[in-house]
Amino acid sequence: MKFGVIVFPGSNCDRDCRNAIEAVGFDAEFIWHRDTSVAGYDCLVLPGGYSYGDYLRPGAIARFSPVMDSVVEYARDGRPVIGICNGFQILLEAGLLPGAMQRNVGTRFICDRVRVRIESTRTPFTSGCREGDVLTLPIAHADGNYYADPQTLAELEERGQVVFRYCNELGDATPEANPNGSLNNIAGVSNEAGNVVGMMPHPERACEAILGGTDGRRIFESVAEWVRGGVRVGQDG
Amino acid sequence: MAKTDSVKESIWRSMGLSDEEYQMIQDLLGREPNYVELGMFSVMWSEHCSYKNSRAVLKGLPTSGPQVLQGPGENAGIVDVGDGLAVAFKIESHNHPSAVEPYEGAATGVGGIIRDIFTMGARPIASLNSLWLGDLQSNKSRMLFDGIVSGISGYGNAVGVPTVGGQTVFHQSYENNPLVNAMCVGVMRQDEIKRSAASGVGNSVMLIGSTTGRDGIHGATFASADLTEEAVEKKSAVQVGDPFREKLLLEACLELVARGCVLGIQDMGAAGLTCSSCEMAARGNVGMVIDIDKVPRREDGMTPYEVMLSESQERMLLVPVPGKEDEVKNVLEKWDLLAEEIGKVTDDGFITLLEGGEIVAQVPAKALAENAPLYHRESVRPNYLDEVALYDVGALEAPKDLGGALLQLLGSPNLASKKWVYRQYDQQVGAGTVVGPGSDAAVVRLPGTSRGIALTCDCNSRYCYVNPRLGAAHAVAEAARNLACTGARPLAATNCQNYGNPYKPEVFWQFKEGIEGMAEACIALNTPITGGNVSFYNEDGEMAIRPTPVVGMVGVIDDVEDCVAMGFSQEGDVIVLLGTTRDEIGASEYLATVHGVEAGQVPELDLDVERRLCELLLAAADRGITRSAHDLSDGGLGVALAECCIAGSCGARVRLEANIAPDRFLFSESAGRAIISVDESDLGALLDLADEMGVAAKAIGEVGGESLDITCVESACVPVQGDDRRAQEAEVVIALPVAKLAQVYEEAIPCAMER
Repeated sequence: MKFGVIVFPGSNCDRDCRNAIEAVGFDAEFIWHRDTSVAGYDCLVLPGGYSYGDYLRPGAIARFSPVMDSVVEYARDGRPVIGICNGFQILLEAGLLPGAMQRNVGTRFICDRVRVRIESTRTPFTSGCREGDVLTLPIAHADGNYYADPQTLAELEERGQVVFRYCNELGDATPEANPNGSLNNIAGVSNEAGNVVGMMPHPERACEAILGGTDGRRIFESVAEWVRGGVRVGQDG
Repeated sequence: MAKTDSVKESIWRSMGLSDEEYQMIQDLLGREPNYVELGMFSVMWSEHCSYKNSRAVLKGLPTSGPQVLQGPGENAGIVDVGDGLAVAFKIESHNHPSAVEPYEGAATGVGGIIRDIFTMGARPIASLNSLWLGDLQSNKSRMLFDGIVSGISGYGNAVGVPTVGGQTVFHQSYENNPLVNAMCVGVMRQDEIKRSAASGVGNSVMLIGSTTGRDGIHGATFASADLTEEAVEKKSAVQVGDPFREKLLLEACLELVARGCVLGIQDMGAAGLTCSSCEMAARGNVGMVIDIDKVPRREDGMTPYEVMLSESQERMLLVPVPGKEDEVKNVLEKWDLLAEEIGKVTDDGFITLLEGGEIVAQVPAKALAENAPLYHRESVRPNYLDEVALYDVGALEAPKDLGGALLQLLGSPNLASKKWVYRQYDQQVGAGTVVGPGSDAAVVRLPGTSRGIALTCDCNSRYCYVNPRLGAAHAVAEAARNLACTGARPLAATNCQNYGNPYKPEVFWQFKEGIEGMAEACIALNTPITGGNVSFYNEDGEMAIRPTPVVGMVGVIDDVEDCVAMGFSQEGDVIVLLGTTRDEIGASEYLATVHGVEAGQVPELDLDVERRLCELLLAAADRGITRSAHDLSDGGLGVALAECCIAGSCGARVRLEANIAPDRFLFSESAGRAIISVDESDLGALLDLADEMGVAAKAIGEVGGESLDITCVESACVPVQGDDRRAQEAEVVIALPVAKLAQVYEEAIPCAMER
């Protein structure tokens, strides 16, 4: 099982992703943003950070990086792609995921630990979880306030594309549990097929008990198991 | 020959040079300097770059020890942390820029110190900052506070260096002169350490990173004068940071180090190209010729003067290994940055600047970097000291409601939770943060190992105001105590000396005394000073800041799995008070907050006791018997117990036997103390260990319940052990739910800021 972690100029969770994936027991390699091939990887990770300084809008410039054409192709092929934090923003800008990010309500950067509820298990990254499971994961972002127009939002909910929702310790998606103002407490979504997932929380920061938690391992373990099973999404996996 | 445009005295004075200094320059050159040369001297001889008023005094600090791989004089100090690894660290002020432009000032302060660390070849793995602001009731202070925190957040988060700790203190003396002291820590293999000396006559000199613009010209001079209204108008002297470029430059430089391309490297901070070129040349006993035309610009029509004095950020001066110039360019190109050969190393000891093939300045590198004047300033003991020392705390009446006093303390901005601040900082990027902000010290795991370093920043400027010498020594002792509480052995320290105008004898006296106190404590605790900086002129013409010598300290812990948390965790654990509590509420947070008085005597400090307490904390942690440990400092035992309860979301029942009034016992700030909790079965072992180390230790209660309940009996009427009357006579002094403590503690700063 080999993950490819794409490094954009300004990515800063690239090394953390690689280290976490290795700690969970899989291989990971960096893919430089100027590379044009992503062949040979079982899963692609777009890590967090400030690609291109977040100038213009987070993710708005990175989507034009040379590597992105092959990422789009890889995703269209039904293979697993995950964007974490800034990686999520890039996937939104690239049109691989629906919706957009706004500045957090209150405008400040927020670094904290939050709970998210698993809303869908049909994605490779949550296939090893159960619906309703609550994970505790770190967040660290200034632009994580998820937005989609009413029609898109309704479609997302209807098709089960909401993957993670901010919630309290009981698993309830209350307004108090929403750290950044995201619509419907959305912390992560998938594309219609389910193989492309974006999430604001950082699973790679929750893969070792000494760093405060291990719930993040389930994301990487799920996709590894899914790849091992040889499933392609789009066939109701 | 250099053009010798004659310069009028108004020019050198406007650049901050005295007539005597101008004469010295003429003597060194054997002629009048031209305008460019004068500009170079003025920045290099500014207080900020030359330490002309502080150098003589700073010599008193201990700087060596077997653990020190690099002491002061380089971009950062370096210590040996074992396993062939080294840790580079330094703290530096960015006070003046933050006062006039809080966001950019604080941001570039963070950028500058991060650059100092990766210049040494180390990957930055943690930042801390020590922030000092005016009263939170003032609009101006809140504006500065908000801007400074945003600036640190905006820059540090983007570069991807976690901010893991620090301190935030409020006092009206910082109203117009906020302090921003930024500390950064990096790790490298010992064989990868890079230094800044230029070498090899004929070798290339390359400028890498960003283009050069007009920002920050004369920033160093700006930082070397009082912050008067007129000075505030020099706003253009504040640089503008670009964390994105810094991140690219960081990765590019570490790649250059890994590829073996670097012979000498120096970052461009204060005084830009002038400082980096003359310091690199002086350290290597060589000269440098620089072709100004080759410096990549971001603005047209820049003069040599502007190019040499620009403080544009995110630039480095590099002497590459000969033959590796193209490799350097390729690496920089990969990271979308510039790399330009702008000159050569020469053997003549001069910094020679060419424009259009003509010499526009020619100055001995050492004249700029090492021959700055050295002043022994007059020092006079300030009169206010007698007044504050004579204040009689004995006459104060104890508050009727000690629980109310405790809540008042927990809700005071200085003691309240700083979560509002650090929630805006990325504390975890790098995936090494084992203990983040809000504890005695942060603990960060070194990548690829189980080894960790513990980090803290400390200073109590009320102590330093009342007794500059003892106050500075307390800062060192508290820092060491904080590290030891986490189970880390203190290794070495860095310091940032923040004071008023050194030309005022009273200010200089404070500074001198402070250095002596710091030196004594560093020697006693075996924590040499490996670097830092001095920031004078923190006054606005009327009020000077309180003396604020901030200590940043680094400790090492062999296995991060063994590190000790601050919060109570296990129901039934025994709480033990280590150290001796005396009637010492002088200059305390209690006195200031509850009684509104900032005077009295600073608590005594016995450095031998401090050392033994640290040894005890380390020994107990090493044996794995410490369940939690927390240092006693501001707010004393009462506040420390409350913090342990809040941190662990756990109550405690405490019975005190005090030979002094309960309010004094609870809020005295006697040094050399800590509270730790242990399993009941380990109590005997702990008490034996304490006895062996010569540290007073007493079980005072146990962890449990949902409230903090403290009873107190005055020891004069303490019955013999086993006597049944004991419980009856104990007076309940505090009974508060932990939820209430936490609420007051957590809400104070958000309420002040988000109203």
